[in-house]
Amino acid sequence: MSTANLSSLPILTEAPEAVAKPRFWRSLEERAGDEEIRDYLEREFPSRLSEWDDPIGRRKFLTMMAASLGLAGAIGCSSPAELIIPHVKAPENYRPGRPLHYATAVSRGGYAQGLLVTSYEGRPTKIEGNPDHPYSLGATDAFAQASILGLYDPDRSQTTRHRGVIATWDDFTSQLADERKRLDANAGAGLRILTETVTSPTLAALLQQLRERWPSAVWHQYEPVSMDNAREGTRLAFGRNVDSLYDFSRADVVVSLDADFLLGGPASIRHARDFIARHQPQDDRSMSRLYVAESTYTITGAMADHRLPIRPERIELLARALAQRVGVAGVGEVALPADVSPRWLDVVARDLPDHRGAGIVLAGAGQPPIVHALAHAINDVCGNLGTTIELIEPVATQGESLARLTADMQAGNVETLLILGGNPVYSAPAELSFAKALDHVRLRVHLAETEDETSNLCHWHIPAAHYLETWGDLRAVDGTVSIQQPLIAPLYQGRSAIELLATLLGSKEQTPYALVQQHWRDEWERDFPSRWQESIRNGTVADSQSAKVTVSLQFDPAQHAAPATPTTADQLAIEIRPDPTIWDGRFANNGWLQELPKPLTKLTWDNVAILSDHTARQYGVKSQDVIRIRVGDRTLETPVFILPGQPDGCVSLTLGYGRERAGRVGNRLGYNANALRPATGPAFTQGTIEATGRRYTIATTQQHWSMEGRDIIRVTTPAELHASHADHHEPHPSLYSEYDYPGNAWGMVINQSACIGCNACVVACQAENNIPVVGKDQVLVNREMHWLRIDRYFDGEPDQPETYFQPMLCQHCEKAPCEVVCPVMATLHDSEGTSNMIYNRCVGTRYCSNNCPYKVRRFNFLQYTDETTPSLKLLRNPEVTVRSRGVMEKCSYCIQRINAGRIEAKKENREIRDGEVVTACQQACPTRAIVFGNLNDPNAEVRQLKQSPLNYGVLAELGTQPRTTYLTRVVNPHPDLPQSTADRHQGTPS
Amino acid sequence: MSESTVKAPAAGAEVIEPGHTYATVTDQISAIVLAHQTPKSWWVGFSISLCFLMLFLYSTAYLLVTGIGIWGNNIPVAWAFDIINFVWWIGIGHAGTLISAVLLLFRQTWRTSINRFAEAMTLFAVACAGIYPLIHLGRPWLFYWLVPYPNTMGLWPQFRSPLVWDVFAVSTYATVSLLFWYVGLIPDLATLRDRAKWWPAQMTYGFLAMGWRGSATHWHRYQVAYLLLAGIATPLVVSVHSIVGLDFAASVVPGWHVTLFPPYFVAGAVFSGFAMVMTLSIMVLRMYGLHDFITPTHLSNMAKVMLATGLIVAYGYLMEVFFSWYSGNEYEWALQLNRAFGPYAWSYWMLIACNVLIPQLLWSRRVRHNVVLLFFISIIVNIGMWLERFVIIVVSLHRDFLPSAWGMYTPTFWDYAQFLGSIGLFMTLLFLFLRFLPVISIFELRELVHETSEPHAAGTPS
Repeated sequence: MSTANLSSLPILTEAPEAVAKPRFWRSLEERAGDEEIRDYLEREFPSRLSEWDDPIGRRKFLTMMAASLGLAGAIGCSSPAELIIPHVKAPENYRPGRPLHYATAVSRGGYAQGLLVTSYEGRPTKIEGNPDHPYSLGATDAFAQASILGLYDPDRSQTTRHRGVIATWDDFTSQLADERKRLDANAGAGLRILTETVTSPTLAALLQQLRERWPSAVWHQYEPVSMDNAREGTRLAFGRNVDSLYDFSRADVVVSLDADFLLGGPASIRHARDFIARHQPQDDRSMSRLYVAESTYTITGAMADHRLPIRPERIELLARALAQRVGVAGVGEVALPADVSPRWLDVVARDLPDHRGAGIVLAGAGQPPIVHALAHAINDVCGNLGTTIELIEPVATQGESLARLTADMQAGNVETLLILGGNPVYSAPAELSFAKALDHVRLRVHLAETEDETSNLCHWHIPAAHYLETWGDLRAVDGTVSIQQPLIAPLYQGRSAIELLATLLGSKEQTPYALVQQHWRDEWERDFPSRWQESIRNGTVADSQSAKVTVSLQFDPAQHAAPATPTTADQLAIEIRPDPTIWDGRFANNGWLQELPKPLTKLTWDNVAILSDHTARQYGVKSQDVIRIRVGDRTLETPVFILPGQPDGCVSLTLGYGRERAGRVGNRLGYNANALRPATGPAFTQGTIEATGRRYTIATTQQHWSMEGRDIIRVTTPAELHASHADHHEPHPSLYSEYDYPGNAWGMVINQSACIGCNACVVACQAENNIPVVGKDQVLVNREMHWLRIDRYFDGEPDQPETYFQPMLCQHCEKAPCEVVCPVMATLHDSEGTSNMIYNRCVGTRYCSNNCPYKVRRFNFLQYTDETTPSLKLLRNPEVTVRSRGVMEKCSYCIQRINAGRIEAKKENREIRDGEVVTACQQACPTRAIVFGNLNDPNAEVRQLKQSPLNYGVLAELGTQPRTTYLTRVVNPHPDLPQSTADRHQGTPS
Repeated sequence: MSESTVKAPAAGAEVIEPGHTYATVTDQISAIVLAHQTPKSWWVGFSISLCFLMLFLYSTAYLLVTGIGIWGNNIPVAWAFDIINFVWWIGIGHAGTLISAVLLLFRQTWRTSINRFAEAMTLFAVACAGIYPLIHLGRPWLFYWLVPYPNTMGLWPQFRSPLVWDVFAVSTYATVSLLFWYVGLIPDLATLRDRAKWWPAQMTYGFLAMGWRGSATHWHRYQVAYLLLAGIATPLVVSVHSIVGLDFAASVVPGWHVTLFPPYFVAGAVFSGFAMVMTLSIMVLRMYGLHDFITPTHLSNMAKVMLATGLIVAYGYLMEVFFSWYSGNEYEWALQLNRAFGPYAWSYWMLIACNVLIPQLLWSRRVRHNVVLLFFISIIVNIGMWLERFVIIVVSLHRDFLPSAWGMYTPTFWDYAQFLGSIGLFMTLLFLFLRFLPVISIFELRELVHETSEPHAAGTPS
């Protein structure tokens, strides 16, 4: 580079004041503009302009400049500790190579799910549940498991942007300072804050502070999958806002009115644990019974002892009929819809009062408030309030609605809009025309993890910090507070909502750490140091539950007229639900969740319109045909998927797809059901469908639905269980001798009565074992890589089938067919009975997969693991080999965890304790369906379960001697409802 | 050189047209290599074959760079075209060994006209077959781990795995076939050396002839070596395809776990091999006008072998169905139903048509003497035998024990490219062989001339 060129650089030729705002070198402006750098330069080169003429000085200057800019880069990364300290003083308990676990919490619909996060050398790699947290109990759901991938998502936004151009946080704060002056002048008129559900005490306090300072400012709140109907229903029932806590562990009879309480909600992990604990064959008391009336099939429906497929708008009639039969005052006689069997209703209406004080009736979030109110009324009549159902002060703070915000924006009343999280441009119902209304706002700021649809329409985009990068606090469904602590410094320039609000307010403290601490210091006063430590360590704040409330029912059903049944025959119910893996679209760019087969459809990478076989025939469409759905004047084109158990005349859609700016993974997949979603009220509407004649290919991981009469999943009832005796099959003769296991002998039992098919284990396995994502085109050719899959079988009539889930993973057969056929001994038994893959030795003949009766082996047909994206390298579990193309892989019983347990035990010179080694799937399972342990340990839970009469090995007749065995699924049909599983199914354990 | 002339057909069947002498035989066959203008049909055939060979090289290179994911293989169908083609090619090879070794030991004189190119066909088929187990590996560069060799890791192959048996079987087979073919070529190479006019040809053939002078000692040692090799090759006819059969039979997969497989695979191999020899004989016959040496007797005899082995194969199909039913094993029976009525039923019924029904035409003497019909039947049998492997491999794998893991298999462009490409490789090698080496064993024909001629006119072939 010539001197002439260099001298034209403004940074070198202009006065120091001018250096702060250079005309180019844009990417360095932040560094060069940094106050410290300027001071440093000033000190180092007081007369650097004069130095310019001296060639040696110039060189030296450039050297120093490069060094200082490099240093400035280091300063540019903000760190929660505010200082960069080498590990001269290492973090507590830090030993290189040993993982540390920190308690924090993730938000599910705004509510806390307590977590323990594993961190290797300062990088979080794995999420587990926090056993001390009341809404985790040590388990997680698939979303929490996958959230670690969200942290390292290379498509996350990495910089502040102003009108699409890279800008700095300082640019933004200076604009906020101007804004603050204006707001102070007019008491906040025109300022609107839009958040998702807020349970964070710190954020709520800041919002409160904001409204006190600027009374005219309004806080709006919008959650795409909201509890609004439930809240409204509670208000109808009790006259005030309360939250309900359901205790399924005490419920003998559960009636779900379209409520999918086992999946996706903020309390679903706890609900699943409690429900399953009670829905097991028990010696001391009877098993609970679940009745589900629902439209499209959910995993809750799949667990039902009696499921009733019913169109969503008819649930209200059903609820009224049930209320009337159990004796809720003021409910008139209602005509039952044709699809409700009177017998079903009779039995439910008898079973509920029979189990007074031990029943739960709950309504789905998509059902209108009246159904929720009716459910409360039924619970009240059946004496369930106060026993199985607890009412507490609401946990979330309520803001104004999105509808009001949109109206105000439309009217030009909104000057400044801060959208703190969420993606309303995508997720708002099209009916609201939120995007169009946004045009009328003068200053729009969006805080989000990716530059999404909303960022695209805002002036400022501020990258949001991932929850593992920042401090915060959240409350669980019962109000328990968790302090969120960061596991890693923000990878990019992420900010949190509290930080943004504090900056807007011009608070003294602006870092999330200081803000959260300040809030709790004010709250706890003198106890602060000890309570803070304790809360951080435990992941929960002791005694922070919401207060119980005692209110009485003030609901008069008579004031609410029964709904009119649809009159025209061609009107179908159009029902819109959150997606079981992508939810409302916030996980659209998460490859793990995109490729996670949806529990009932086993569909990946797309959403579909679910129809019943009968309805599809009526309209002359088949699975994968594209239909046009028309609701009012809006239309949507979607592929059809025919699912058994779907009620006739109901089209079920899911949210979360059709994203335009989700990222490279999530863009342009599926369709956006928000186009048809009603703005308020129930999550269903009416519309028509017509065939378009086009086809669309969808990728499912399980094409076959039937067990073909094979003895794969056994089903029994408590009655049969008591009548039958377990028989012990003689082991099959084998040419190979039996092995001897003097030490440990690992084994697993999976309780099929407990498996709800929620997929948490699948993602946990993927996260633990560095399992790659393969993409839709590879799923289409059956090449998904999940080591653990959940098989779903339908049984019985297609319109009203029973559904069974069976987690299927390597069975670690004692006589493993895969091992003898491998020509290079790349798969072998070890001395503790696990069948191991030796990846380095595998040449990829794939004979092992052919010879595996369970087809649980997965092959790297191509280079599936992304070995180039830097951020994804941080994600990988260092204890598990990353596989390259051409190598077979499969479940290893998490052998890295066995080895970690062995090392600990050896250090203490003892045997490995039962429960010390926990596989990733087992750890994540909300219902504890998976039990792993040492079969040689007489006290091990797994050994005791193996002796259960319910225990059997799948395909054991082949002589494979699987180490993973299954417990027969026990269902508990009501004796008076003969249409039960057990009558049709052969499966007794005899 | 004393001349003998072929007289009346011996034993009622002509294996060489009458009127031939040592000289005419030598002239006519060596002229294909040395004197004749290369026929246009050779150029056309060679060019087409070369194009397919290029396709093979291209697809193999792409495969090695990208991984076997370019094929349609998946889980559950982890083997598909790769192993189908392997088994198909290796089966085709069997006829060559059978003709040259077994028929030699049985002193079937009619084999003489066809054994040379049948052996060449074996060799080229084994070459094509051998490529598949290598390139079908996920990590083909590590193929040598299947071979027992002393190594610093102290690791040996897994001797319980049929795939290791395969390595031994196929490599032995390839070695013996090559030796057998080459040893058989030596006297003829010497003939070519002596007749060649152009010095590079003289040098090349001379080098390859390894100093053959046709002395009595040479002939004596030669006969001993040739018979010994025939003796070694004979069990290989049975062993190689038995072991390929065991590749499947040793597994637990319904449709594979069949004790019938080893003999049934051997019969199928001979069946397809003879069909391929038939196809090629007719091509060579037409291309070079060798009607004198490849007579209707040859074709008819081959047709009879095809008919016989075809019936054994049909018996195998029948027994598979019978034992599936008789065993009472639900998976086996479900497999049979799936073969006959499942999504790939077309392949099963086409297989029955190609391998069982159409070959029954060969009962008719008129059909056996109709060259055009024989040509088409032989092609149909080859298609049928390919489909048989498709049915065994793909249809068995795609629906086995757990319905949740059932899937479909669809071949991709690269599957077809690899398959057609390997045919290109085979045909290219064959055309080169036709052009540069004597397509029919000259000296053995001369022996035949001697044996079939009048006893008093007999002389010693040189």
